[in-house]
Amino acid sequence: MTLTHYLVLSGILFSVGAATVLLRRNAIIAFMGVELMLNATNLSLVTFSRMHGELTGQVLAFFVMVVAAAEVVVGLAIIVAIFRTRRSASIDDVNLLKS
Amino acid sequence: MSFTAPDIAWGALSPVLIVLAAGVLGVLAEAFVPDRARRPVQLTLTFGALVGSIVAVAALWSGVKSDGGHDVLDGSLLVDGPTLVLQGAIAVLTLLALLVVADRTATGEDAFAPTAASVPGSEYEELARSKGITQTEVYPLLLLATGGMMILPATGDLLTLFVALEVLSLPLYLLTGMARRRRLLSQEAALKYFLLGAFASALLIFGVALLYGYSGSLRYAEIAVAVGDPSSLDGLLLVGSVLLLVGLLFKVGAVPFHAWTPDVYQGAPTPITGFMAACTKIAAFGALLRVYYTVFPGLQWDLDVLLWTVAIATMVLGTVVALVQTDIKRLLAYSSIAHAGFVLTGVIALDEAGITAVLFYLLAYGVATIGAFGIVWLVRERSVVPLGAAADGDDNTLADDEGGDLRTTVLGEATHLSQWAGLGRTSPVLAGAFALFLLSFAGIPLTAGFIGKFAVFSAAVEGGAWPLALVGVLSSAAAAFFYVRIIVLMYFTPAAHEATQEGAVPATAAGTPAAAEPAAAEGTDVALATEGGTTAVATLVEPSAPTTTTTVVPSEGLAAVAIGVCALVTVVLGVFPTPVLDLISDVARFLP
Repeated sequence: MTLTHYLVLSGILFSVGAATVLLRRNAIIAFMGVELMLNATNLSLVTFSRMHGELTGQVLAFFVMVVAAAEVVVGLAIIVAIFRTRRSASIDDVNLLKS
Repeated sequence: MSFTAPDIAWGALSPVLIVLAAGVLGVLAEAFVPDRARRPVQLTLTFGALVGSIVAVAALWSGVKSDGGHDVLDGSLLVDGPTLVLQGAIAVLTLLALLVVADRTATGEDAFAPTAASVPGSEYEELARSKGITQTEVYPLLLLATGGMMILPATGDLLTLFVALEVLSLPLYLLTGMARRRRLLSQEAALKYFLLGAFASALLIFGVALLYGYSGSLRYAEIAVAVGDPSSLDGLLLVGSVLLLVGLLFKVGAVPFHAWTPDVYQGAPTPITGFMAACTKIAAFGALLRVYYTVFPGLQWDLDVLLWTVAIATMVLGTVVALVQTDIKRLLAYSSIAHAGFVLTGVIALDEAGITAVLFYLLAYGVATIGAFGIVWLVRERSVVPLGAAADGDDNTLADDEGGDLRTTVLGEATHLSQWAGLGRTSPVLAGAFALFLLSFAGIPLTAGFIGKFAVFSAAVEGGAWPLALVGVLSSAAAAFFYVRIIVLMYFTPAAHEATQEGAVPATAAGTPAAAEPAAAEGTDVALATEGGTTAVATLVEPSAPTTTTTVVPSEGLAAVAIGVCALVTVVLGVFPTPVLDLISDVARFLP
């Protein structure tokens, strides 16, 4: 099993995540898509780190995890605030702002 | 294996450190300072930090001017000329934006929900309101966002770039959702901004991963070397650089990554809109400039196709869509998209003059933007209700009764364009300042906007991108139309309520659009725009068909100062741009 396999897997996961963000209508699910994208990135970072034989990529993966955690804090706060106001987390219901 | 501690030049980091430290102190103050003293403490802290940061930038200036700057933290941050110019500009503009943010106007209310976490219209919120609980977390959030913005253009590696981008974005997502009025719109804007922003930063970090895979390093300088020497992994490089640029272009609001801009600009509390329109754009363009000028010159041929398309689409779409807007905040949002396109032409020029031009343009645009949104913040709707029908517990009723048995309540911003009719007659100074900012946006001579546009377009021509400059000039001309239309509206169109004054019953003015009618939830903070008949609204009080008119609430003084300074700078930069242009071009060289 070569390192390329990991990269392909990472690419697939990233695409699934991106598709989730763009296609799913529930804010929480869409947000999970973002998390999947970040974790796919982590996989490729670790793979590249192995490929280059140094640690920078792994350190970056840690930073991505921390940032993802911070993003969850802010994101869920916003989603929960909206849910409590409207009893719905669907992005389709969030449509007051229109041109 | 032994650990060697890096040598840190604390002095060179001071502009950023002061702001971030004050932000952290602000969080602590929010927790420990007693209720009554909190606002003064936060304000002092925030003002002090920003002034200190400006002083620190000034203190670093001469050193950087003589030796061209140096890297800090082993190359993670680069303190060079453009960094200092951008950090100074961000600190000054944040200070101006803070004046607007802190202003409570004559109504005694600032733009933010006293308890932003509570559900709009809930019992808890009512209880918190009656107890007078007011949170002031907006100031630390503002400082933390500013800290991220000041790091972003200084980054020397992709890791710091990513972290700085998040540090600036996360507080902004929250600030967007904290409006006092039209809470649902505000929260909705926050959700959209958050989801799209998180998506864009995921794209960016994947780009970072690919660039790391290509070059084996995160440092700009080392990636630039790797870019210059082709290998079998060119696909990684190309996709990685495109994803990285997409992440940054999202932040500046360039087409096709602009979808969030109008919604967020409209939904966010107006003072925050001004802040993020000006400062986020400066920070993100600073990072874009550095990346494009120091990392990707070797890729110019490949990336030009992408960036040219984006720049042209941004200028044209921003202008064309702005032409048909009826909401002043949306209009300014589309105008800011068009401006992102103009700045991009200067970035694409890839020319020494381009750096100076872009920095000057950003400054000119930022000043006018903060001033313009400051004015939007002061122009309000006012509902006139017969005295008996008004809800009790209004603490924002002005002692301003015309007729005696009418009760007037100042509501949210009057954002519909038709509500701005006749403003030139009722408050000539404010309308004059707004007209000045619009002329600067349009790029009329003797304003800062003209010099900025002239500089970026001539840089684009020198850099061989004359078609971009041509499109830029044409869309500027088209854009002038809708800016002038607002000026005509303010000065030469009678206000809607004046036109129907003859009617004995103060019925809803004929010209007032549906979007402008408040949900009549006086006394609560959920006066929502009921656009398109959407009634996802917690209307607590039965509407008693109030008439809304447009009024200008007097500022507490802070916002007036900010608007005055912005107007002054716009004129001064337009009439005597040379000192500032020289100041910038003296140091406008990136460290390799």
